[in-house]
Amino acid sequence: MSEATIEVSRVRKRFGPTLALDGMTFTVRPGELTGFVGPNGAGKSTTMRVILGLDAAEAGSAVVGGRPYASLRRPLSHLGSLLDAAALQPGRTGRNHLLWLAHSQGLTASRVDAVIEQAGLEQAARRKAGGYSLGMRQRLGIAAAMLGDPPALMLDEPFNGMDPEGIVWMRGFLRSLAAEGRAVLVSSHLMSELQDTADHLVVVGRGKVIADTTVADLIAAASGDQVILRTSAPGEAAAVLARAGATAAVTGSDELTVTGLGAEKVTAVLGQAAVPFSEVSARRASLEAAYLELTRDAVEFRAAAPPGDPGKVAARADAGEAAR
Amino acid sequence: MSTASITEYRSGLQGAPDRFSSVLRAEWTKFRTVRGWVIGILIAALVTAGIALLDHSECGGPNGAACTSPVGPAGEAVTDSFYFVHQPLAVNGSITARMTALTAMAAGQSGLAPWTKAGIIIKASTRPGSAYAAMMLTGSHGVRMQYDYTADIAGMPGRVSAASPRWLRLTRSGDTVTGYDSADGTAWTVVGTAHLTGLPATVQAGMFATSPGTTVPGSRSLTGSSSGGALSLATGVFDHVSLRGGQAAGAWTGSGIGGGGAGFAGPGTSAGYHQAGGSLTVTGTGDIAPVVAGNGDGTPVEQLLTGVFGGLIAVIVVAAMFMTAEYRGGLIRVTLAASPRRGRVLAAKAVVIGSVSFLAGLAGAVVALAAGEPLLRSNGNYILPVSTLTDVRVMAGTAALGAVTAILAVALGARPLSPLPSPWSSCRTCSGRRSCPPGLRTGCCGSLPRPPSPFSRRRRSIRR
Repeated sequence: MSEATIEVSRVRKRFGPTLALDGMTFTVRPGELTGFVGPNGAGKSTTMRVILGLDAAEAGSAVVGGRPYASLRRPLSHLGSLLDAAALQPGRTGRNHLLWLAHSQGLTASRVDAVIEQAGLEQAARRKAGGYSLGMRQRLGIAAAMLGDPPALMLDEPFNGMDPEGIVWMRGFLRSLAAEGRAVLVSSHLMSELQDTADHLVVVGRGKVIADTTVADLIAAASGDQVILRTSAPGEAAAVLARAGATAAVTGSDELTVTGLGAEKVTAVLGQAAVPFSEVSARRASLEAAYLELTRDAVEFRAAAPPGDPGKVAARADAGEAAR
Repeated sequence: MSTASITEYRSGLQGAPDRFSSVLRAEWTKFRTVRGWVIGILIAALVTAGIALLDHSECGGPNGAACTSPVGPAGEAVTDSFYFVHQPLAVNGSITARMTALTAMAAGQSGLAPWTKAGIIIKASTRPGSAYAAMMLTGSHGVRMQYDYTADIAGMPGRVSAASPRWLRLTRSGDTVTGYDSADGTAWTVVGTAHLTGLPATVQAGMFATSPGTTVPGSRSLTGSSSGGALSLATGVFDHVSLRGGQAAGAWTGSGIGGGGAGFAGPGTSAGYHQAGGSLTVTGTGDIAPVVAGNGDGTPVEQLLTGVFGGLIAVIVVAAMFMTAEYRGGLIRVTLAASPRRGRVLAAKAVVIGSVSFLAGLAGAVVALAAGEPLLRSNGNYILPVSTLTDVRVMAGTAALGAVTAILAVALGARPLSPLPSPWSSCRTCSGRRSCPPGLRTGCCGSLPRPPSPFSRRRRSIRR
């Protein structure tokens, strides 16, 4: 096992009567940016706390480089983490927040200045952290995670509260960390934040891994093999395609959605039958749609469908059952 | 997957080895980087010292006297005032007398106090505070042998009268003085033996009488104290007085020692002595005793430390915040992610806040004593003398009090470091029941209220 790998295996954790983690298992490999996605309450933060030894698992193990986090000497040089950007003493400056963390690892102030520059916090470092915006707090949290120059990083919702420029910066920064050969785990409840960033995705719901796959595979799986066809003769085209073994549904005045044949095959079949068409394209589901499809059953709370009382976002207590 | 081709990241950082000192340094950095805490501790030191510097006590002992006290052979403050009828005594000798009466008068009425004293005494000199040994009758404690202000041995009990006289004897042999008492002058009982180091060859021996004034309870305020009292005169009647080892044909001399010769206006009411036939009457006032603090005789050094109580309040506030700040916003999770060994973190916190409070207490106490004492003296106060070691003990004790208080506050501020179960979990149970009304998600669960923890607060804020 490499130094940087984070390995979570069959972790179970109960809060009172609720099973928060139900056999959570996944691996974060070096050189990859692994997205950790799932709806609120899916167990993402709990998993991260278990990895850091802040919550004790009832069963299973979570190790960093093959060792439990709590047994690491100078742990910040093995795994940098950002759990909650609000975890600050408001009266202390950002730089001093990093300074005590550095001192706890036997690091010096020069390292603090280096991570401040890395996180783009030079302007704010000597101001009290209580006055930071959420985006600045996220940058401070990133700087803290980078203090020990760790081969593995774990960030809980780092995009929260960031402005668009900050999000772009964060994406680039996370990509560069992975490119350096670090293992990076980034959680989010919004798939769109990770769509173009993550190499690997761990989708969780109700304390379990629903999907552990690459972004490309996930989209392909959700898209099926549907082909969108534009034609001036939809009836004729549907009949020809049905004979070729595909199912065609009329989805617009001049649009058909074809299932059962690839785009190339559709072109060939229509060409042989001399049916005119203006466009044939393979339908690609968005990652967002794929994700929603995957996690539909795992959503804990969902706004009631008919907004009879818009002021009250009621939790559908039985959302899971209703969806089935 | 191309995992195999990836070069794993290797850090070039060199850190110090993992030591307790790192955690300690981190906690110290945490403390010193919050300005409010540093100011709070400085306030603790200032309050500790400052109230002493506001002390405006003024001296007001009984009869307006006693703004200074003599110092006894052991260095302690003593009261040494009485009327002394004396003759010189050589290295070896003795004095014997019979007492037939002991009375006292205060402001025209009987002033016999429990410790009104009259008897025989051998004293190094007539200087107040010099070494002595005495056999005496007391107002209500019978015959006593006392020496060097603090030693006290009981002899024959009961009161004296003409029908039941008391015989008293002191013999000197070098530095050793032995006291005897007797009911008839023939059968003597040893009461005690005193070793008075450094007695000169020639000492003073004779009879004395003294009676403490009635002390009016003093009023004490935060920054001072005062008290007053009334004079009391004791009279002892002696006969069969014999002195061996004195000068040939020596005559008695009367001296008021340390204000012991004061008296009321008018005849028959002043200190002194007179001889009539074989009897000798001695009248005097005062006391031969160690100074008791709070009696209006002087200011104890600890009065300079009144400010410690104010200082401790500041220490408690800062120490409690130093700990509880960890729970605000979940900072404790950052702390424990950096130092997973929880015992170390707590120990480091205790050491840091304990040391800081110790230094604040020490600085406050040193300034209070060093600056407060001269200030009180310049106001005419008498400060009861203490040894240097006692000064050090008072300062170190004040500092230690601050340290222990701070650590106690940290201990009270610390909570179980594992997050407590949150109401979130009980709501999950509820979510399984279709009858649960949306507005009463927590209430419907029928669970007991959970102890408040920042963890549960955080979770709740996510939900709403």
